[in-house]
Amino acid sequence: MTAGAVAPPAAVPRRRRATVWLLLLPGGLWLTAFFLVPLVQLVATSLYDPSGSEELGYAMTWSWSNYTDAIDFYAEPLVRGFGYAAVATLLCLVIGYPLAYAIAFKAGRWKNLMLVLVIAPFFTSFLIRTLAWKLILSDNGFVVGVFKTLGLVADDGRLLATGFAVVAGLTYNFLPFMVLPLYASLEKIDHRLIEAAGDLYASPVQGFRRVTLPLSMPGVIAGTLLTFIPATGDFINAQLLGDTTTTMIGNVIQSRFEVGDYPAAAALSVTLMVLIVIMVSVYIRKAGTEDLL
Amino acid sequence: MVRLGRWISDHAVMAVGLAVLAYMFVPIVVVILMSFNQPVSRAAYTFDAFTLANWQNPCGPEGLCSSLVTSVQIGLLATVGATLLGTLMAFALVRQRFRGRSLANVLIFLPMASPEVVMGASLLALFVAVGFGGLLGFWTILIAHIMFCLSFVVVTVRARLQGLDSRLEQAAMDLYATESQAFWKVTFPLVFPGILSAALLAFALSFDDFIVTNFTSGQTVTFPMFVWGAAQRGIPMQINVIGTAMFLVAVLVVLVGELSRRRRERVR
Repeated sequence: MTAGAVAPPAAVPRRRRATVWLLLLPGGLWLTAFFLVPLVQLVATSLYDPSGSEELGYAMTWSWSNYTDAIDFYAEPLVRGFGYAAVATLLCLVIGYPLAYAIAFKAGRWKNLMLVLVIAPFFTSFLIRTLAWKLILSDNGFVVGVFKTLGLVADDGRLLATGFAVVAGLTYNFLPFMVLPLYASLEKIDHRLIEAAGDLYASPVQGFRRVTLPLSMPGVIAGTLLTFIPATGDFINAQLLGDTTTTMIGNVIQSRFEVGDYPAAAALSVTLMVLIVIMVSVYIRKAGTEDLL
Repeated sequence: MVRLGRWISDHAVMAVGLAVLAYMFVPIVVVILMSFNQPVSRAAYTFDAFTLANWQNPCGPEGLCSSLVTSVQIGLLATVGATLLGTLMAFALVRQRFRGRSLANVLIFLPMASPEVVMGASLLALFVAVGFGGLLGFWTILIAHIMFCLSFVVVTVRARLQGLDSRLEQAAMDLYATESQAFWKVTFPLVFPGILSAALLAFALSFDDFIVTNFTSGQTVTFPMFVWGAAQRGIPMQINVIGTAMFLVAVLVVLVGELSRRRRERVR
């Protein structure tokens, strides 16, 4: 290395190490101060005496019962939150993969344009889009009519205020989080590898299954995580498109915070986070790519 | 058989891809339609009659346009902050092996594994605890937005960096480029698309955020917060005008960018 020849050899690693810390420090401090420290406060709050209030203050009493109470009481929205998010993530993968694939391999000179079109709908607000779905799925709407004709919905049935509407909203709203990482990893694949598979008499389907799909796994993993995690904690879709029978864990946390029941809300939040971290670690270990973390 | 398979993979995938794209635009079409709607009552969210009134008076509902300005300001500042900090971190994490690397990775990963409702609430608790309770507003929103955009920037830029062949940089240095020349002439241009998409993502995340903002905003109203408030009372149709305009501006910006890029390429 030319640079190494100029400086004394021993000085290079030390300078490098200093550079690394300099690069890491600003962002690292930001995340520590505004993410980690608040999180510690949250865990502390989850162990406060639940009989306290914002005005009177809370006593730190190591009330582990906050957790058992919260889980006992809100098991149903907790399970529902994870269930809805899992279904939505799967749907995102199924419809997002062909789109990412088409952009990466088939779009040619239209690649950038299509990529932008993926993001463009999301320049209008999340809330406005979700409110639009409320209109699309409304009881006298076109979609309900078609579903009734097809016999998928009973004559007096509805789509709005059902789990279907909530999952549909989640799927729609988190789709770009799936498509963009998928595209990023598909785009990096060396085309010659796929051609080589063809030269070796693999059918296009075999080529896809044995070459393209395995090479795109980092994108699949990143996409599913970026979709599943925010979907699990979301409460906007369930609030706007669902009803009281479709409450997700996010709704419960939000409403507990809103009414000032901080210890219960904090305990639920910590529970949700711990569950997500466990599931994600298991998933990543199974998928075999720890480098993504 | 092979030819048929190839034809299918050539055209069917594209057809499915375009269908998915079309699906992504369904709500946009609805928003555009509703921007011309003259509702009978404020509570009913149905198309009643055509009107241009909403477009002639987009700032009609009180506070709508000022909330929009706030959101753009916060979005731009958060994008700059998060892209800068995140890109630096991504370079440090990909290029070097050092002690504490996996710790740094965990620190970056955790905010993405946290539901927004948790981040917002814990930030609020911190701000109140350090006596910032009365100062909640523009700057606390910005702090929060940079925080949650940061990890997404790191992940996006890092993905691009990891796909980069480090031999390209070595080749440049073998050809007597200095370290900084090799960086600015080889590495940076190759990573730049990643940085750009990270910045786009950061702006979209910040501009659109409701949940974290809700906890850290005090009296400051961003556009999503305005919409949420309006959704409880009955939605003014001007919100759809803004939604349509936002969409059109975004598309326009992108088209201009793409056209100028093509022109540059042709000149070259």
